Amino acid sequence: MDMALILAKANYWGYVILLLIGLYALISKNNLVKKIIGMVIFQTAVILFYITIAVKKGGNIPITPHGKGYVVEAANFMNPLPHVLMLTAIVVGVATLGVALALAIKVYKQYGTLEEDEINAMIREQ
Amino acid sequence: MSTHYPALIIVVPLLTAVIVAAVGWINKKYCFPLSVASLAASLLSSIGLLFEVMKTNGEVVYRFAGWEAPMGIVYNIDYLNSLVLIVVTAVALINLIFSKGSIENDFPDKEGVFYALYILFTTGLVGMVATGDAFNLYVLLEIASLTGYALLGIGNERSPLSTLNYLFIGTIGATFYLLGVGYIYIATGTLNMAEIALIIPKLPNVGIIKFAFVICMVGLFVKMALFPMHGWLPNAYSNAPSSSIGLIAPLTTKVTVYIMVRAGITIFTPEFTFEKMHLDKWIVWLSVIGIVMGSCFALAQKNYKKMLTYIVVAEVGYMVGGFWLGNKLGITGSILHIVNDAAMTLCVFMAAGIFSYKIGDHISDFKGLFKKMPFTMTAFAVGGLSIIGVPPTCGFFSKWYLVSGGIEAVKATGSIGALAFIVALLFSSLVNAVLFFRIFEVAHFEPFSEGHGHEGHSAVEINEAPLGMLIPFFIVAFSLIFLGIFSGDIVSNIINQFIPVLPAGI
Repeated sequence: MDMALILAKANYWGYVILLLIGLYALISKNNLVKKIIGMVIFQTAVILFYITIAVKKGGNIPITPHGKGYVVEAANFMNPLPHVLMLTAIVVGVATLGVALALAIKVYKQYGTLEEDEINAMIREQ
Repeated sequence: MSTHYPALIIVVPLLTAVIVAAVGWINKKYCFPLSVASLAASLLSSIGLLFEVMKTNGEVVYRFAGWEAPMGIVYNIDYLNSLVLIVVTAVALINLIFSKGSIENDFPDKEGVFYALYILFTTGLVGMVATGDAFNLYVLLEIASLTGYALLGIGNERSPLSTLNYLFIGTIGATFYLLGVGYIYIATGTLNMAEIALIIPKLPNVGIIKFAFVICMVGLFVKMALFPMHGWLPNAYSNAPSSSIGLIAPLTTKVTVYIMVRAGITIFTPEFTFEKMHLDKWIVWLSVIGIVMGSCFALAQKNYKKMLTYIVVAEVGYMVGGFWLGNKLGITGSILHIVNDAAMTLCVFMAAGIFSYKIGDHISDFKGLFKKMPFTMTAFAVGGLSIIGVPPTCGFFSKWYLVSGGIEAVKATGSIGALAFIVALLFSSLVNAVLFFRIFEVAHFEPFSEGHGHEGHSAVEINEAPLGMLIPFFIVAFSLIFLGIFSGDIVSNIINQFIPVLPAGI
């Protein structure tokens, strides 16, 4: 694969790399807070993916000036829809993070640690 | 009024959830009647909606705030939606009435918040079923998931950790779905399900849609706990409080299966799903392994609740496999099983609620239960027989359709996967028979263990569950027989109206 093709799709490479970093942390880390961080990276990767597909070359922010005779040409503006969708997705992400941290606090109060192998050892002893 | 049914189903519980949380601080007495009233309103609207759909013979379209389809969010209600809507609202309402006592016991100071979460969860599920917009579906999926994590995380001392693991896996599933929707949006430029279905056949290059399809399906499979992705389910469900598990276990997996059916038939169109993807055989194999492994794990459990959670995993395999057989009988069986399995699972988890309220979760504790709790055990027996698939109960009929779908697929294509699916269904029925008759045997023939050694001659005191639990439990047990007797009508009047003409040769 030549360099130009990779550079032309740089945004996709970027999000895929972030996605995989997040997934790696989510699956293989032992510490629960690190897992939560991985989850946030994973979600953010998809949010960035959505934002990058809205970009157009030479596109402006989608606000039309007032005044008579102004013709709106879609080609001059960035696509606002993915941004709007991602506002919702960011809210969802924050809520998920909040619930995850609340659960992590409950786990910590219970076992006094956030390392998963130590907790599993404690559960096995019970 | 009736034109606003699709909105009322969602808006009434959504607003009531906020009100109930506030009322909980002032006077806890009003929380329960308010919650019941909102879910009852939702149930009545869904029943009204089904009649509306039958009257217009097809589809009811509701435009939110009057915006037309590609711009605004549209709720499309057809035969499939309205059927599943009734199931979701009915299960939520009955389980709420059933759990009143245990909610007051388990969360004495947090009733208002619990009811609010309970109603919000139902709102999320109902919205997922009703919506006609792919992104709106994601938002409602996350509403249902987040409230579900909260409902599961307040169980016994192990529940926070198992729920946190569920949260990680669930977020992966939902985010994969979101990513798939993004690729659909790149290719088609719309998020409305009906429009996507119109655009997909015209696209010159379907590679991107194939990618989107795979990612969406992987996300949904993770969410519905299909076999290799099922690891989170047993722990998360068996550690949860019985009041919330009666809501979550029957509904979450079934609604996700509904979304799979909706995605496969309405969004991606059947031609694309079954002919262009070439995934159907692999997914049938996956479900075969899921059924067999779920049944085997269930056999190894000594804890009743944990056994049930593995049965849930096996049942997911039934529905997924039936759908991916790709013929009319198989899809009919899959949709009918969404309805029947919701009722069956509710019944056996209600029994779990009563058992853990009265005695405990271990099967060895169930000695002499038929004498001690005759009514509870009768209703429980109906639920068990239905899961096994004994004829008058509804479980038999959906299995019948699934097996006939398998036979037809074997006849049409000679696929070994479909043959394995039939064998797995029979094997799982056999295992379920062993599982439940083991419980019946312990409960019927073994005398009480504690204290007196006089071979059970001493008079056994009847110690039944309270009436507030028994009545909803009996309603569900009767509904299993009722659904079984009327399954022919449900199939011919509702499900067959929904299934489109499938492409020949699959």
